[in-house]
Amino acid sequence: MSTKRLTVLKTYKIYIGGQFPRTESGRYYTATNAKGEHLANMCLCSRKDVRDAIGTARGAFGGWSARSAFNRGQILYRIAEMLEGRKAQFIEELMLQGSNKAAAENEVTLSIDRLIYYSGWCDKYQQIFSSVNPVASSHFNFSALEPMGVVTIVAPQQYSLIGLVSLMSPVIAGGNTCVILASEVKPLCSVTFAEVLNSSDLPGGVVNILTGKVSELLPHLSSHMDVNAVCYSETNATAIKMVKENASLNVKRTAIYENEKWMDEKNQSPYYINDFQEVKTTWHPIENIGGAKAGY
Amino acid sequence: MAVKKNTLKLKFDSSRNLAPALESKSVAKIAERYDLFINGKFEKPSSKKYFDTINPASEEKLSSIAQANAADVNKAVVAARNAYEKGWKKTSPKERAKYIYRIARIIQERARELAVIETLDGGKPIRESRDFDVPTAANHFFYYAGWADKLEYAFPNRNPKPLGVAGQIIPWNFPLLMAAWKIAPALATGNTVVLKPAETTSLTALKLAEIIQEADLPPGVVNIITGAGATGAALVNHPDINKIAFTGSTDVGKLIQKAIAGTNKKATLELGGKAANIIFDDAPLDQAVEGIINGIFFNQGHVCCAGSRLFVQESVYKIVLQKLKDRMETLIVGDPMDKNTDIGAINSKQQLEVINKYLKIGQQEGAEMFQSACSIPKKGFYCRPTIFTNVAQSNRIAQEEIFGPVLSIQTFRTEDEVIEKANNTPFGLSAGVWTDKGSKIFNMTSKLKAGVIWANTYNKFDPTSPFGGFKESGFGREGGLHGLGAYLKV
Repeated sequence: MSTKRLTVLKTYKIYIGGQFPRTESGRYYTATNAKGEHLANMCLCSRKDVRDAIGTARGAFGGWSARSAFNRGQILYRIAEMLEGRKAQFIEELMLQGSNKAAAENEVTLSIDRLIYYSGWCDKYQQIFSSVNPVASSHFNFSALEPMGVVTIVAPQQYSLIGLVSLMSPVIAGGNTCVILASEVKPLCSVTFAEVLNSSDLPGGVVNILTGKVSELLPHLSSHMDVNAVCYSETNATAIKMVKENASLNVKRTAIYENEKWMDEKNQSPYYINDFQEVKTTWHPIENIGGAKAGY
Repeated sequence: MAVKKNTLKLKFDSSRNLAPALESKSVAKIAERYDLFINGKFEKPSSKKYFDTINPASEEKLSSIAQANAADVNKAVVAARNAYEKGWKKTSPKERAKYIYRIARIIQERARELAVIETLDGGKPIRESRDFDVPTAANHFFYYAGWADKLEYAFPNRNPKPLGVAGQIIPWNFPLLMAAWKIAPALATGNTVVLKPAETTSLTALKLAEIIQEADLPPGVVNIITGAGATGAALVNHPDINKIAFTGSTDVGKLIQKAIAGTNKKATLELGGKAANIIFDDAPLDQAVEGIINGIFFNQGHVCCAGSRLFVQESVYKIVLQKLKDRMETLIVGDPMDKNTDIGAINSKQQLEVINKYLKIGQQEGAEMFQSACSIPKKGFYCRPTIFTNVAQSNRIAQEEIFGPVLSIQTFRTEDEVIEKANNTPFGLSAGVWTDKGSKIFNMTSKLKAGVIWANTYNKFDPTSPFGGFKESGFGREGGLHGLGAYLKV
């Protein structure tokens, strides 16, 4: 009798509302390594999946944006802690998808550190970008930031993990919720990363992760009328034009990152958070009766 | 039939006698003796002297604490200097952040133990140490950890650099929290630290030293030396200190400012206060009364920003006073380890004597004293919640910081009048304003000379919010983005 143990293979599903369903379409595509060898069957998501995910993200927005900045920071920190504990699994998946060991290790540790970086920003970016405005009239006038709402994100193709982490973190740090289309060519880590999110106190629906074809889903991600902002990060002039045109349907904000090198720490900053924030200015009268001056 | 006198006084005589709900001491691991934390290790003091730390609620000895002399202070400063030059200033900011995050996490993990020790050593109600001191201390480390690799955004067009070795002296009213307020921003900005806790409350700082060991912080980055005023003076006067951060009395603050004149030492001073808590007639009065209670009786009134001068608009004076007295009768004074306790033990015998002295002075000056009728334990240091009415602006109880559960009450008619009265003090740490009218709030906040102003709330603290005073309440801010500047060359 053979004692060789057969490996149990993971079914790569998608992540919507804190759960792991399969695509409603029942379709799949094959993720391969650089040599074209089969790695896994991935969900080939449909327009319906996109709509479901956006609806779920919208439902999660109220709760997530109302969390205190401190609490959001704690949760991002927790995501980093969970990822640190599962480093080996991500390194293995990155290597399956073609990275060498050193590059894979580097990508995973950078991803952890980036989560910590944005965790720290959760209760600080407001202090960088907000202002008290010295208006001439007798008013106390201040401008503060608020999250935009639901953001759709097309993750970079070449960076299976760090790309997704780099785009997701500033969006949720700022109180938005999102739907992410994972790298089409290197999708493994994104689904495994969803497992990390799922065990890190992040409320379901704040981050939703789909797999599938960019060419099929980008039109829907950019045109859906309940989306507030679209984030796209490839150099593809045709796609960018389409995203911007579709965005005009309901005046979506667009963030296009064409030249970012996500492995570089220069490409992390609070400005990525600011890209998904509205500025709200409040005027409040200052009563100006009596003659008292602050004399002492 | 006799008409019953209309009084708001409620009857609390029976229903309020709650059964004791004592927190267990078993989670508190207190050693018989504590040495000095220098260069990552606990070392015996070269003075060979130890002093007792007691539980002010029972006057029982808790532990012996090492007394650092000038030689010990020097050793700690040398350790901090070496740690700064040889490692800490070269440690990458994001790795520095990770150490501080670890400290925050371990404080969260050991929260219960720290809360119990804080209450045993300092006398504050367990409810406050559990729900305020310890979590706020952890959050402070979290907040500043995040700044470590983001400083260039806080100071645009500057390349902020650490100062070097910071000497930090903290008071006994919020021992762990003050240690967090001092250490967290200093480490985040790349400085190393020699911290001296107050002599009556060294224990949680020494627990923090254990946590710092557990977090594997490089030796010498944080050194904690214990002792009284002489130890603090040796630290202030040590020539190799770049920065003094002091929280305590205005008298000592002035001595420090004078002592470092003529040196290159930078300083932040967070000193005394005599905050005006101002109640307008349009304020939600029940809420305001809660604010008055919280303002003066939080932490037995051992709070530099305590709302110790109450100003009530004349038209609502009688009703506010009655509500306040009624509410005072419900306050439970007693064993700080009881979860029902509102007001715990006065931190030390010495402080109780100071408070009692002011109770006499107030009466001699002609003010009327009222104390709630609650019983207080026979052993330990306790003071009933106290208010003075018929107080004149010139009375010592209206001018001097008492640092106890003692409130002086004055009245006013107009906004201008109360602004004048509120600002007429050498202090300027904080103030409270109670009114339903927003525009009045902003008029008050723009004219009151104080570093923190609470509107329709009181005694709120957050790591993101700068704290510190105007005038003789000190200079520099702790907390928030503004707290970073105190530890940087910009």
